[in-house]
Amino acid sequence: MTYEFLQHYWCFVVSLLGAILVFLLFVQGANSVARSLGYTEEGRRLVYNSTGRKWEFTFTTLVTFGGAFFASFPLFYSTSFGGAYWLWMIILFTFVLQAVSYEFQNKIGNFLGPKTFQFFLTLNGILGPLLLGGAVATFFEGSNFIVEKNNLIDATAITPIISRWANASHGLDALLNPWVLVFGFAVVFLARVLGILYVMNNVNDEDIRSRGSVRLIGAAVPFLVLFVGYLVHLLLKEGFAVDDFGRIYMEPYKYLNNFIEMWYLLVVLLIGVVLVLYGIGKTIFSKGYIGGIWPAGIGTVLTVLALLLCSAWNNTAYYPSTADLQSSLTIQNSCSSEFTLTTMFWVSLLVPFVLAYIIYAWRAIDAKKLDKEDIKTDHAY
Amino acid sequence: MLQNLILDIDAGMIDWSRAQFALTAIYHWLFVPLTLGLAVIMGIVETKYYRTKDEFWKDAAKFWQKLFGVNFAMGVATGIILEFEFGTNWSNYSWFVGDIFGAPLAVEGIVAFFMESTFVAVMFFGWKKVSPGFHLASTWLTGLGATISAWWILVANAWMQYPVGCEFNPDTMRNEMVSFAEVALSPFAVSKFCHTVTSAWIIGAIFCVGVCCWFLLKKRNTKLAVESMKIGAGVGLVAALLAGATGHKSGMDVAKVQPMKLAAMEALYDGGNEVGLKIIEGIELPYGLSIMATNDPQGYVPGINDILNGYTDNNGKVELSVDEKIERGKKAIEALANYRQAKFASSDDGTAAAYNLSILKENMPYFGYGYIKDKNDVVPPVAVNFWAFRIMVGVGCLFILFFAVVLFMVYKKDVTKLKSWHYWLAILLIPLGYIGSECGWLVAEFGRQPWTIQDMLPTWAAVSDLQSSSVIITFFLFLVLFTTMLAVEINILLKQIKNYQS
Repeated sequence: MTYEFLQHYWCFVVSLLGAILVFLLFVQGANSVARSLGYTEEGRRLVYNSTGRKWEFTFTTLVTFGGAFFASFPLFYSTSFGGAYWLWMIILFTFVLQAVSYEFQNKIGNFLGPKTFQFFLTLNGILGPLLLGGAVATFFEGSNFIVEKNNLIDATAITPIISRWANASHGLDALLNPWVLVFGFAVVFLARVLGILYVMNNVNDEDIRSRGSVRLIGAAVPFLVLFVGYLVHLLLKEGFAVDDFGRIYMEPYKYLNNFIEMWYLLVVLLIGVVLVLYGIGKTIFSKGYIGGIWPAGIGTVLTVLALLLCSAWNNTAYYPSTADLQSSLTIQNSCSSEFTLTTMFWVSLLVPFVLAYIIYAWRAIDAKKLDKEDIKTDHAY
Repeated sequence: MLQNLILDIDAGMIDWSRAQFALTAIYHWLFVPLTLGLAVIMGIVETKYYRTKDEFWKDAAKFWQKLFGVNFAMGVATGIILEFEFGTNWSNYSWFVGDIFGAPLAVEGIVAFFMESTFVAVMFFGWKKVSPGFHLASTWLTGLGATISAWWILVANAWMQYPVGCEFNPDTMRNEMVSFAEVALSPFAVSKFCHTVTSAWIIGAIFCVGVCCWFLLKKRNTKLAVESMKIGAGVGLVAALLAGATGHKSGMDVAKVQPMKLAAMEALYDGGNEVGLKIIEGIELPYGLSIMATNDPQGYVPGINDILNGYTDNNGKVELSVDEKIERGKKAIEALANYRQAKFASSDDGTAAAYNLSILKENMPYFGYGYIKDKNDVVPPVAVNFWAFRIMVGVGCLFILFFAVVLFMVYKKDVTKLKSWHYWLAILLIPLGYIGSECGWLVAEFGRQPWTIQDMLPTWAAVSDLQSSSVIITFFLFLVLFTTMLAVEINILLKQIKNYQS
């Protein structure tokens, strides 16, 4: 294994985790529409109990995504998290609110009342996907930071801190870029699409399923408009390219070129998009079909994976700086040492085993669809 | 000139970043030990159900799992903040040692978190959906996942206290891992894991015994109380004895690699041979500290002044004074700057770079001291360490006695007919257990100040470039959030216990 292979491999692993995380945002998406999808108090509880059996997966994937990024690309971890402080803090804050909301909302002794925690779930359901989507969009749009490793030892430097944000808004400035918002809201509506498809599949309730078909159109249309709009913008925009000496420069149609030069990513992207459309379309037009979450979910993973790899592979700066182009992060200048990447490579071989027991346990729990009887049991939310 | 550079960092921001991390860690440790401890107890209870098929044990397992569930989410929620705070508040740290430190966190996610989150769902929702054997396995795997998670995070923490298995790379300007085995199996990590996890079992046990005593006080759920008390007290006694033994090993480790922490824990300013262990100021156990630190009554233990001014240890090794270390640290930093300048200068044929590299290597063990302005800055807060250590040890010893008495009573006496103060005593020991446990972490973390990584990176060179106002706002946001959620959790737990009818 060469160092170059390991850098690309770990970029793939982190991108795959990111793609799975976007798929698992169906938890947030369903929670954000729980009021209209559930409609009645009982219906809402069915929705919350359905997503409540999966929220740990989303949470764990977010933590593992962070851990894997830290281990494999520590300069990204220090630059993005330390720089875009407010963006990440708001994301974390809403995820903390979500984590406790399931367990606490309907328990006797919850002096804040169930509606407080339902509001938290809605808040996380909107802000979580919006800000995570916004963070991903900065991989293409750029962020306002400067990296200078010599600061640690340079007595003439203003500070010994290596990575600095070039303005005082610490990440919130990303939301002033309309294309970041377009991508962020595309993820919000994608999460809703997936959430509705998941609940229709997981909850055995005709009222919810029939409402789901209608709500699905309301979520799918804005998602498609925003996603196609961003995709066209991405393919036509200048991108952040890296030359043989590690210098960053702007290249017209960089991401379009990436998809052409890495045709296999284009194939993955197209298969992904088709699967998402198939999952949505068949659910809307084929009455009684409740399996849309699977093609749409797999399609989401493939689509996001292709987009993330397009931002980093083929001599591309995956975390570009708009304040100082040469500070932009590439998989070469921000990765861990060869030894660490090799060690972690062997650890990553455990992932298929982990996936196997997750699928086994998931199937065991979901063998019987959730119904009204389930929310009367001891551990219902 | 380097000192001027350090002064440009907002001191308030460093303190608020430390306060925020401490806040998150302290809250996290309110929830995690109960998760680890209850996992063992509910695992044993469900195993009893699996073996006897007696519905009583099934109800008992469900009861303890319900309490586990209320507590579990807050542990998970506070944990994610801790992980990301390394990046948000300690960005220089994240780059400087991320090559080593990130690996345990990634392994924790892949190996432990998924196990925990997958099987906890089966444990809660799978009673009627999976076989009893699968359910029992899921209950134990939930606890195992939490314990493996503790292993990796304690490996990461131990590495900060005793950095091993790494080398500084002057080209990338960071420390890089050279031996994963040394990092993952560091003796410091092994001791820390054993001591921390056994102390967490004590919390689970004292919680279990306390809840049982409340039922006995109210004369309700008597069978559940007596049978669970047997398990809780048994686990508690074993855990308390193990925590004592592993605590001694941890003390020896600290004496070896963090003598300043030990000196602060003992408020020992001037060391020597045959040093006694202070019970409190003025009362001491003869030879106690020498035995604790070196396993030898005559062993030499350095005090704070000895460490500041230099001393010779038990093996005849001469330790430099802090002033000398500061000088050598500055030499290392200067050599690194010169090395990088020469490396990238076209005029250098490699001679200057090689020369500076040799100076850097010679002085690298003291690199972090180059950022120290005054030698007294390396002295951690003595009073906090002194008292926190005493509370931790005192509470631990009390619990050995307590669990032994409870075990005797529950097997030899009728515990349903004791006077009410007996029950109240056990109930009131629950918060004392938490205080003792948190004090352990206060010693571990205050004792290594000002280092984020021992001798390598002080806090003021490890932070992010933030305004203190940003960190103050997030500090108070988390304070309000965690405190409110803790209040809700305690209230729910109390109601769950109060309303339970077996």
